[in-house]
Amino acid sequence: MRRGPSWFNVTSITLGFAFLYIPIIILVIYSFNESKLVTVWAGFSTKWYVSMLSNQSLLDAAWVTVRIALLTATLATILGTLAALTLVRYGRFHGRTLFSGMVYAPLVMPDVITGLSLLLLFVAIGFDRGFWTVVIAHVTFTMCFVTVVVQSRLVTFDMSLEEAALDLGATPAKTFFAVTLPLILPGVVAGWMLAFTLSLDDLVIASFTTGPGATTLPMKIYSQVRLGVTPEINAVCTVLIAIVTTGVLIASIVTKRREVERQRAERLAIQG
Amino acid sequence: MAAKAIGPVRRSFAPWNDPNAKPFIEFRNVTKTFGDFTAVDDLSLGIYEREFFALLGPSGCGKTTLMRMVAGFEEPTRGHVLLDGQDLVGIPPYRRPTNMMFQSYALFPHMSVWENIAFGLKQDGMPKADIVARVDEMLTLVKLEQFAKRKPHQLSGGQRQRVALARSLAKKPKVLLLDEPLGALDKKLREETQFELTDLQMRLGMTFLIVTHDQEEAMTVADRIAVMDRGKIIQIATPAEIYEQPNSRYVADFIGDINLLEGRLSSVGAGGAKLECVGTGATVDVAQDVSARVGDQAWFAIRPEKVTISLTPPADPNVNAVSGEVWDIGYLGDVSIYHVRLATGATVKSTITNTTRLVERPITWEDKVWLSWTRDGGVVLTR
Ligand SMILES: Nc1ncnc2c1ncn2[C@@H]1O[C@H](COP(=O)(O)OP(=O)(O)OP(=O)(O)O)[C@@H](O)[C@H]1O
Ligand SMILES: [Mg+2]
Repeated sequence: MRRGPSWFNVTSITLGFAFLYIPIIILVIYSFNESKLVTVWAGFSTKWYVSMLSNQSLLDAAWVTVRIALLTATLATILGTLAALTLVRYGRFHGRTLFSGMVYAPLVMPDVITGLSLLLLFVAIGFDRGFWTVVIAHVTFTMCFVTVVVQSRLVTFDMSLEEAALDLGATPAKTFFAVTLPLILPGVVAGWMLAFTLSLDDLVIASFTTGPGATTLPMKIYSQVRLGVTPEINAVCTVLIAIVTTGVLIASIVTKRREVERQRAERLAIQG
Repeated sequence: MAAKAIGPVRRSFAPWNDPNAKPFIEFRNVTKTFGDFTAVDDLSLGIYEREFFALLGPSGCGKTTLMRMVAGFEEPTRGHVLLDGQDLVGIPPYRRPTNMMFQSYALFPHMSVWENIAFGLKQDGMPKADIVARVDEMLTLVKLEQFAKRKPHQLSGGQRQRVALARSLAKKPKVLLLDEPLGALDKKLREETQFELTDLQMRLGMTFLIVTHDQEEAMTVADRIAVMDRGKIIQIATPAEIYEQPNSRYVADFIGDINLLEGRLSSVGAGGAKLECVGTGATVDVAQDVSARVGDQAWFAIRPEKVTISLTPPADPNVNAVSGEVWDIGYLGDVSIYHVRLATGATVKSTITNTTRLVERPITWEDKVWLSWTRDGGVVLTR
């Protein structure tokens, strides 16, 4: 009995993809619109990209966003990896359930609540809001994503590899950097990318925790859209989409190629 | 066995008989518990320098735990582990002069064979040129010169095992710990490697501690064997002593094939004892000093190859003899095992070497036969 995709499968896939991608495609197309009116096509043009590049406040916001995302991703990766190591390694310690619950809570916590509570915290301790408060807030909510990704990598990790390194005279720190880290690196990199994109497109938490001089791109876009969508915004969004897509593509190609290489090597080994 | 019988040096190697010799590795009343489970129970043991020592026992008896306490991955709950007179307790694994070959090999998958072997040497800060020389030496030793650049997943099981061996030998440790090193190999490769191991150990003059649950392997490679059961050592002796003079039914049964027959001691004395054997329905006469009282329960243990089978009663009146009927014959190629049913209903096994190619056996099913053995053929066990 042959079982190809039925018309039902085909329809649902088509509808699903259409639902996901048609808005984005429209956005990209209209970023090349000659007209200033977003809904009227008046011929091809790249002038909105040029005007975007000369819009200083937009560029400033973009630069702030990228800096925040880079810092966030790096800090969240370090903290998230450490949390994952603790959860996997020290199988049972006092308060483990509480610890893992607290690590994972931000995964399901509504952004509004995270943002509001952090805002209250910063106000209470009298921390001037701005660049750093956004970074701290972003690290708080992206860290758990890193933990999840790294942890899934660690549970399949053969503990005797670390023991072998210790046995051969490597200190625990040396063991971590020479053996553990290289082997969980794909998970760590994936966690970093995830934290980076999450930070890049966060609007809610950033709005709560930011202060003067630290307007992020999503905030900027949002505030401009309220005054009416301009093709310039479409252009900015298209660039953002391009950056994110490229990142994801590179990451998946790298993983894929590694996999293929490994399989080929294994075939070679079997053939002798 | 060729490697074992090489020369007079080897044959006279028996520091455990020398009252002045100091053990190189020493367990002093070591107990290890995991939660409320006791994995190693008040165990004391001495292993001498240059000795090839095997830990043998059923799964879960604490062999790996014992070894991991030498390597430093587990600390004793009570007691002390000493190496060369120095207490190891509290010293982390990376500061101990021991190296371990892991059961799973634990090769670093992201490093080449060369880098795997060099890893330990780099930790010592050895000069680059010396590292290169040593790694090459190790590669030659395990015959893997042309595989230096390969990654572990590009090697066969046997090659991986040799890399693991080379890596654990590279630092020339005082003690090499081998946890079921040959578990993943097929029989032929296993036997080859066993001889390579004994050969290596003699050439390098290191102390080897091997864990195995393959008794043949332990007999082949080791100078002495410790048979363990549930965290305790039952007997420590040379392979021949373990086989010929087991100290208990547990050891006798664990190593090789044996006939065990229950009975009661009817006489004990210097150089001889008599056992009223329920199984054979006769008195068994053994040339052995039995440290037990008349009337005590005891077991007579005899290996099948020491039981002679014949169609007529033995002429010599000094041997033990019983009669029975051939119940079953197991043909193993080199030997045949005869299962003989006695009048009491007990079965005694006797092996015969097949010295001719004839398929017809002089003794066959349902023949009335005599089983006999000399006074020093078997042993009386009191526990
Ligand atoms: N980390 C641990 N936590 C709890 N129990 C453990 C731990 N390590 C070992 N044990 C227990 O201790 C006992 C002895 O284990 P060990 O690994 O020493 O056995 P072994 O003799 O090496 O067995 P095998 O031949 O199967 O390898 C086992 O019952 C095991 O379940
Ligand atoms: Mg074990």
